[in-house]
Amino acid sequence: MRLLATAIAIGVGVIGPGLGVGLIGSKAMEALGRNPEAESAVRTTMILAAAFAESIAIFALVVALIIKFVV
Amino acid sequence: MSPHISIKAEAVFEFFGFPITNSFLTTLIVIILFFFIARYYNFQLNKENKSLSFYALHGLFLGIYNMLTSVLHKNTNRFYTLLGAFFFFILMANWSGLIPGVGSILIKPSVHENQIKEELIVPVDEPVVHLEEEINGEIVVEKEHVAKLIPLLRGGTADLNSTIALALITVFMTQLYGFKFLGPVDHLKKYLDFRDPIMIMLGPLEVIQEFARIVSFSFRLYGNIFAGEVLLTIVPFLLPIAFSFVVAPMFFMEIFVGFVQALVFVMLSAVFLNMSISHH
Repeated sequence: MRLLATAIAIGVGVIGPGLGVGLIGSKAMEALGRNPEAESAVRTTMILAAAFAESIAIFALVVALIIKFVV
Repeated sequence: MSPHISIKAEAVFEFFGFPITNSFLTTLIVIILFFFIARYYNFQLNKENKSLSFYALHGLFLGIYNMLTSVLHKNTNRFYTLLGAFFFFILMANWSGLIPGVGSILIKPSVHENQIKEELIVPVDEPVVHLEEEINGEIVVEKEHVAKLIPLLRGGTADLNSTIALALITVFMTQLYGFKFLGPVDHLKKYLDFRDPIMIMLGPLEVIQEFARIVSFSFRLYGNIFAGEVLLTIVPFLLPIAFSFVVAPMFFMEIFVGFVQALVFVMLSAVFLNMSISHH
């Protein structure tokens, strides 16, 4: 039962961040296609935004780890 | 052998009744290292012929400065002491967990977690039955715990306490600079404003947001670094044959994640500081 809870916590939790990172990447590519000179600025902001989206997945991971090892 | 994963830092020994955790030890080492690097940088700054490592450090220094200038504009010099120190401390604390030996040198703890818990539980005036139950529970746990070895060192920011401390400093500083730049009246107007019906509703939300900021700041940093440690611990057990081929890329990814998270922490702090000192 606990394994199932862990799997659901991480599995459902990463759906949103996955979509988010995909959207960030696609929009960054679009911006790059329109304005190739701004590559460095686009890259930095893209990595920052991707890190924010990823941190949501990390929250889910922490919850999953707490379910697995602590509770 | 099963991998050793602990969600919190464990007490290695006790110092006048104050438990010293393994994360705290690593953080102390990082602080001492930080001091010497700062001394080295200052020493090289005044010399004619500067060394190559100075320029590497200086490049990083200027890179962060320019990045913060794009957010803070003319206030960069005022906040750079705080945010620059944050960046380099978090960066070194993140990377301290990746040094070989940190997490792999195991020792027998001279103080058990349960011992501390018991000391905390006993003075509380609780019903006797409840107390006995708890102690019984502790004893059962302790028997398993005795033979357990814990790592001597653990990554500095892989402990929730230190990241919460950093988040609290940031939020406290945003409040402080809000008072300083806007004045008490204008600053408190963000939270309590009765002239506008919308602001009556939005004021409490701003207060909640300040607390949410502490949580998100601390959990983001802790979660990323802790997840990295778990990843590096688990991956060798999944594929023991191609050990180094699997772990090495993960290791580089963790170095990158440590850098990005330090950057994210500092950039977010800069954005929030800039929000708190600017008028609406």
